[in-house]
Amino acid sequence: MPADALVSIRDLTVQFRTDRGWVSAIEDISLDINAGECLGVVGESGSGKSVTALSILRLHARGTARAARGSIMLDGRDLLRAPERDLRRVRGGDIAMVFQDPMSSLNPVLTIADQISESLRLHQGLSRAEGRSRAIELLDLVRIADAPRRADEYPHRLSGGMRQRVMIAIAIACRPRLLIADEPTTALDVTIQAQILELLRDLRAELGMAVMMISHDLGVIAEFAHRVVVMYAGRIVEQAPVGTLFSAPRHPYTEGLMTSLRGRDIPGQRLGSIPGRVPDPDESIPGCRFGPRCAHVEAVCRAAVPALVSISENHDVRCTPRSQALAPACL
Amino acid sequence: MPVTSETSVEVRDLTMSFGSGGAGRRPTMVQVLHDLTFDIGSAETLGLVGESGSGKSTVGRILVGLLKPTGGSVRLFGRSVTGADRAANFAAVRSRVQFVFQDPHAALNPRIRVGHSIAEPIDIAGKHSRRDRDDRVRQLLELVGLPRDSADRFPHEFSGGQRQRIVIARALSLSPDFVVCDEPVSALDVSMQAQIVNLLMDLQDRFGLSYLFIAHDMTVVRAIARRVAVMYAGSIVEIARNADLYADPLHPYTRALLDAMPRPDPTRIRPRTIPGEVPSLLAPPSGCRFHTRCPHVMPRCRDESPRLLEIAPGRQVACHLFTAAETTEP
Repeated sequence: MPADALVSIRDLTVQFRTDRGWVSAIEDISLDINAGECLGVVGESGSGKSVTALSILRLHARGTARAARGSIMLDGRDLLRAPERDLRRVRGGDIAMVFQDPMSSLNPVLTIADQISESLRLHQGLSRAEGRSRAIELLDLVRIADAPRRADEYPHRLSGGMRQRVMIAIAIACRPRLLIADEPTTALDVTIQAQILELLRDLRAELGMAVMMISHDLGVIAEFAHRVVVMYAGRIVEQAPVGTLFSAPRHPYTEGLMTSLRGRDIPGQRLGSIPGRVPDPDESIPGCRFGPRCAHVEAVCRAAVPALVSISENHDVRCTPRSQALAPACL
Repeated sequence: MPVTSETSVEVRDLTMSFGSGGAGRRPTMVQVLHDLTFDIGSAETLGLVGESGSGKSTVGRILVGLLKPTGGSVRLFGRSVTGADRAANFAAVRSRVQFVFQDPHAALNPRIRVGHSIAEPIDIAGKHSRRDRDDRVRQLLELVGLPRDSADRFPHEFSGGQRQRIVIARALSLSPDFVVCDEPVSALDVSMQAQIVNLLMDLQDRFGLSYLFIAHDMTVVRAIARRVAVMYAGSIVEIARNADLYADPLHPYTRALLDAMPRPDPTRIRPRTIPGEVPSLLAPPSGCRFHTRCPHVMPRCRDESPRLLEIAPGRQVACHLFTAAETTEP
C-alpha cells in the first residue's frame, strides 16, 4: 500500500443473491485513492462502479449482498470487517457520499438546517442551535445565496441544483477526507452541472479532501479527475492518469468509448460504435468479458481471464494481447 | 427514396399555455411556448435543444397531435392541423407522423409480445391481412437490426438499446414521413447511443424521413441534425445550420450551453460557467427571459423581448446584441 493512499481496496469481489445463487457484481477490484486526489471512475451501467463505491461504506443491504473476497483499508483498519459501530463513525465522518438524485436523497419533512446538522450533532455532539449556525456557514460554503432564510426551508422549495448543493453541504459538514460523488450531476441540466462541478473542484481545493467521482460521462471525468479507472462488466479494464488515458487509451473498450464520443463532431457521419451490449453479471463468458464485443479478439482472450498488467508507470491495462505487446519485458 | 421539395412541417407563431393550480384555486395560465416559428424540410433533421422546462418536449407533443396548441398554426405536409378542418386534416396525415420516446422501458407494454406491439399501428390502421402483417413485422425487425424471432418474445428479454430498436420499428410500421424523436438515446449508455444514432441516420437515408430530434445533449444533436434550434424558457433563441451553430454560436445562451458541455478532453481550458438557473414559468423575467443570467445584458434586455430575426441566410437569432446593430444602421 503506497504511503499516501487514503483508502486502499484490494482484490474486492462483491456478490449479490439472485434466483440462481450468488452472482459477482464486481470482481478483483484493486485500487488506491490517494489523499487529496480526484479519482475518476467511469463505466456504463452494470460496470460495477456504484457497487464499488457503496462497498467502501458497506452500504449494501445485508443478506442480499456480500463481500466474498478482498479488503478495504482505511487508517490500517479493514472496513469490510470493522464492527458496525466503528463504521458509523466513518460514514459521514472520514468518508462522505453524494448521490445522483438529490430529489430522493433529502427528507421532505425536515428543514434544510436539520438535515445538514444531523451528522454534526451525531459526530461532534453539537446542540441544535449550534448545528443551525454551522448549517448556515455550510450553505454559504456551497454558494447558496440568502443562507439564513434557506436553512429554515424544506427541500421542495429548492430547485434540483440547489438540492444537490445541500447534499454536498451535508456531505462536507464533518470535513471528510474522502468524498464519494456517485453521478452527482447526471440528473441536472448542463449549465447547472457545470456549476456543481466547479463547486466540487473549489471545495476539494479549499478543504483538501480526496474526491472519488463516479460517472458514465467521459466528459465529466476528463474535466474533473487526476487519475481515471475504467470499469467494464464488474472489472477494472484500465487505469491511468487522465492525460494518458485520453491521449493514449490502450484497452479496446476505452478506445471504443472515445471513438464513439469524438466522432460526434462531424455532422452526418456515422458514429464509431461498439457492437453488442454489456453482458449480464451472471452471463458466463470464457476469458475476457469484453471479448464478444472486441474487434481485436484473439484465441488467447478466450483462453483465460486477462490480468491487470502495468504497461508503464501508473498505467495498467487488462487486455492480454495489448499488455504482451506493451508491457516492459520482465527480466 | 421519395424526393419531393415539400416541407414536412411548418410552424408559425406557435403558443401553448397550461392551467396551473390545484382544486379550489382559480387556475392561472402558464405560458410554456412563446411564438415559435420554424420549418422542417423533407428528409431533413431539425435538432431541438434546451434544458428542462424549455418547452422542447411540448413542441414534439403538439406536432404529433398529443396536445392542442393555444395559438399559432401547424401545417403537416401542407395541411393545417390547427385550423377549422383540423380533425379531417389530421386524420389524413396521421399515419405519416410518428413518435419515438425517451424511455424504451415505459414505451412498451411488458405483457404484450414485441411483434404484437410493433403491429399495433398496422392493426389500428386496419389495412393488412394477418399474413401481410406478420411479414411486415419480420421485415421491420430486420430493418432495425433485431433477430426475426424477436416478435414472439417479451420486452424484458431485451436490453435498453434493443428495446429502443423495437420502439423505432413500431414507429416505422406505417411508413411515416416525419418522426418526432424525443430524447431517443438519453436513457442509453454511450456505446448504445452510437448504435441508435447510426440506425436513425441509416433509416433517414433509406426512406427519406424527416426528424425533429429533441435532446439536451448537444453532442448527439451535432452528429445527426442538419439544422439546430435552441430553446430557452419557451422561446427559440437561435436557429442555425449545424456547422455554423457549433463553430460560431451567436446567442449568449447557445454559447453558455456549448461551454457548459463537458468534453472528453482533459487539456481544454474550461470557460466560466453562467450563474443562476432556468427561471420559473410562473414568474418569468421581463423582457428577454435570459437577461437574468446573460453576461452581456443591456438595459434594453430587461424591458423588451427580442424577436427571432434572420441575420444571415439560414441564421436566426433572438438577441438585442444583434437587433441593436440592425436598427442603428441607416
